Amino acid sequence: MAYHKITLTINGEPEQVDVPSNMTLLKMLRERLGKTGTKNGCAAGECGACTVMVNGEPVNSCMILAVECDGSEIVTVEGLSDHGSLAPIQEAIMESGGVQCGFCTPGILIASQALLNRNPNPSEAEIREALVGNLCRCTGYVRIIEAVQAAAQMV
Amino acid sequence: MTYKFIGKRIKRNEDPRLLTGQALFVDDVDIPGMLHVAFVRSDYAHARILNIETEAARQHPGVVAVYTAEDMGDEWAPGPPLVSPPPTLAGVIFNSRRQSPLAKGKVYHAGEAIVAIVAESRYIAEDAADEVRVDYEPLPVVVDLEKAMGPDSPRVHDDLDTNLAAHMFQKKGDYEVARAQADLIIKKKFFLDRGAAVAMENRGVVAHWDEKSQQMTIWDTTQAPIPIRNGTAARLGLSQKQVRVIAPFLGGGFGPKAMMFYPEEMLIPWLSMKLCRPIKWIEDRRENFYATTSERQQVHEVEIALTNDGRVLGLKDDFLHDTGAFDPYGLTIPLNTQCHVTGPYDIQNIASNCTAVFTNKPIVTPVRGAGRPQGVFIIERMMDFAARELGMEPLELRVKNLIPPEAFPYDKEIIDQAFAKLILDSGNYLPVVEKAREMIGYDQFIKEEQPRLRAEGKFVGIGITPFIETTGVGPYEGVRIQIEPSGKVNVATGIGTQGQGHFTSFAQIVSEQLGVAVSDVSLVSGDTAEFHWGTGTFASRGAVVAGSATLAAATSVRTKVLKLASKVLETPEEELELEDGVVRVADLPHRSISLGELAALANPLRGAVEPGTEPGLEATDYFGPAYGATSFGVHAMIIEVDPETMMIEFKRYITVEDCGTVLNPLILEGQIHGGVSMGIGNSYYEKMHWDENGQLLNASLADYLIVTAHEMPNRIEVGHLETRSPFNKLGTKGVGEAGAIPVTACFTQALENALEEYHLEILESPLSPNRLYELLRNLTMSTYGREARK
Repeated sequence: MAYHKITLTINGEPEQVDVPSNMTLLKMLRERLGKTGTKNGCAAGECGACTVMVNGEPVNSCMILAVECDGSEIVTVEGLSDHGSLAPIQEAIMESGGVQCGFCTPGILIASQALLNRNPNPSEAEIREALVGNLCRCTGYVRIIEAVQAAAQMV
Repeated sequence: MTYKFIGKRIKRNEDPRLLTGQALFVDDVDIPGMLHVAFVRSDYAHARILNIETEAARQHPGVVAVYTAEDMGDEWAPGPPLVSPPPTLAGVIFNSRRQSPLAKGKVYHAGEAIVAIVAESRYIAEDAADEVRVDYEPLPVVVDLEKAMGPDSPRVHDDLDTNLAAHMFQKKGDYEVARAQADLIIKKKFFLDRGAAVAMENRGVVAHWDEKSQQMTIWDTTQAPIPIRNGTAARLGLSQKQVRVIAPFLGGGFGPKAMMFYPEEMLIPWLSMKLCRPIKWIEDRRENFYATTSERQQVHEVEIALTNDGRVLGLKDDFLHDTGAFDPYGLTIPLNTQCHVTGPYDIQNIASNCTAVFTNKPIVTPVRGAGRPQGVFIIERMMDFAARELGMEPLELRVKNLIPPEAFPYDKEIIDQAFAKLILDSGNYLPVVEKAREMIGYDQFIKEEQPRLRAEGKFVGIGITPFIETTGVGPYEGVRIQIEPSGKVNVATGIGTQGQGHFTSFAQIVSEQLGVAVSDVSLVSGDTAEFHWGTGTFASRGAVVAGSATLAAATSVRTKVLKLASKVLETPEEELELEDGVVRVADLPHRSISLGELAALANPLRGAVEPGTEPGLEATDYFGPAYGATSFGVHAMIIEVDPETMMIEFKRYITVEDCGTVLNPLILEGQIHGGVSMGIGNSYYEKMHWDENGQLLNASLADYLIVTAHEMPNRIEVGHLETRSPFNKLGTKGVGEAGAIPVTACFTQALENALEEYHLEILESPLSPNRLYELLRNLTMSTYGREARK
């Protein structure tokens, strides 16, 4: 297996990683860089638990190879809060009761933040559309949708 | 009762960790030198294993070991039976057949593990698994429940004469007498099918045998770490003290992660001991569909006997229950079905006959609801059909038969999953029904809105369904509470947590007793090194059983605090109050001492701890209820069916819940929301499609459709009423499964109502847009078994 030296920015910090060609971004984040906040729920692009931002876009990190991310800016759930103070979307989800088991939460946070970045005042329908790739089995989504609306007001 | 913390909408203590990616889940455990496991699983649902060729896999670079059942030698043994059949029922037949760590000689369902490959990485293990060759002799497959009990059916287990897994009969009164007195008898046959639990986190086990300390540490996605510890110690010939099982944060449980003793749970710790290396196995999503348990398949033949004025005199239910290839979990699910098939109604004559059947499908164990949704579906369908026959309004018929408030505690005379008589502890059902009726605007919808919308050509319907949920069963749970010199409070309990908010709701119970902030209470749950007595989180029992143990332990600590403070402050205990982390004299608030200082005084460095006392401000207590606590609720919905696409829109969704004392409405409502989303899936989107070869045709999240943000109602309106349970001091009743239990029954009612002009009669679940289209296309008025007399 060929290895590749790639350079990328993760949560604002530059990183150089030696990765085999077949390693997904998810596996690199979790196993090479110890960023285990990003979760693996299906490894097939179906559940959205592994969503991270790649150059501002929400991406299933199980469906993209690490080598493809050479030169990219990555944001994971660990990069949302700023030195211990929660980002508005994190604060809003906590306030609304939008976390239960928390396994889908990292992906939901990233997908929601990516939505708010491109659309600071989304309608309920737009929020549902943005979250349709993120499965949650605990909450029924109701509070999460409320939280994204609340976060939009907080920013 | 006025509380300061209990019943308050308090943010969850655990959320900051979960929101920042700092919470430890099993797959996050990383130990130097850790090896990874992949399994070769059966392609066939039923086949004899003729030969297993593993040499190529063993030679694969990076592979450390390969194990088949043969390679395990004398240490191969099936899993333990976890739940035995109810001993108090006469004439029960129960054929116990259990799963094994690796299949030996024969496979019983597709996806059964045959070979374990241990390698330096999961990638290598998977590649090597492809190099294993298994020769099978395919055998006839048992899939269909009714055919499985036919005389010519192939058999799942060669050593049994039939596919009968279990048989049990329960009765109250005399159904035949009720039948003879009835004006109307309705008979129907129902088909309920399987769904998957689909926790977002798949299962996983990391086992670390440390040769030097002779200690086994296991991180397991289990809802029941203590039984897993005890069983593992027994299997491996270790003392219980040598095994520590940690259930860290779990990404949802929903039943299948309860104390199954999965093949992987038996095998991974064994491999770690054999190889003296830490070993990790994380289930993939496809394995989750094949190797994790699921449930709900039953076939019911039901008869209900009524008077012309709508009194239900009796109910008779003969049903088949699919238990899959093995039955390690005993009869929990069909017992729940038997307990719920008469719902919240006062029915004096019941005959329930259950036949559990082996099939060549994955093992059946409880999934959120655990046999209750089936029972509720059956009784509520029968109520709908009866109302139609009698020309009564559906809700009126239900109200007429509700158990009246003066009848509690009400003895159903049916044995429940805890093998105790089902005694409904308390309740006042009618106000809950009335509240739901009012919240959804039932009368106005029927009289005004629905006719108007129908005139516009819209297919809108309403459903309203009461239900009970038996919860909070024994045997017991325990909790240890300790005040630290910092003034913070440590709580440890044996039950695991899978998102239910235990870190917060249990902290609220502690805060109420000790007068500390909820955020100053730190809970450890599901680590056998912290607390090693208990069973686990299932059957909606966490809040009732572990919550009550928390109250007991917190009360004991409070007693110690007051005793010591009384001495220090030279004031009688009854003049002291606990608030804001200090004990103070009620009338002289400047005379106070903090809990932290008291904790330090209680653990002196000099002097003696008096005989008969213990150091520290610490207590351990237990709660073991003789009977469970039973919640009551009503779901109501208004839906619109798109006649072109058969897609459903939820216009309104209401639940009213009486689960006794509410610990935290934020958490409670979240539980309801999630349950409803699962119930909607179970009603209209989720069905495991097994073909005649026992292959699952939709074993991925692209094909097995759980509800997304699109399908959910915009709002779920939750109402509460409170009838405190007299069976525990908190007065609380469980609610963890309530959201999911009545949805299918209510949805089906609403769907028939929306399509009233077609006289649709729905006798199955789950449906789907396709299936609804088929039903409408093939409409023939079913008059199966209808027998109006007198």
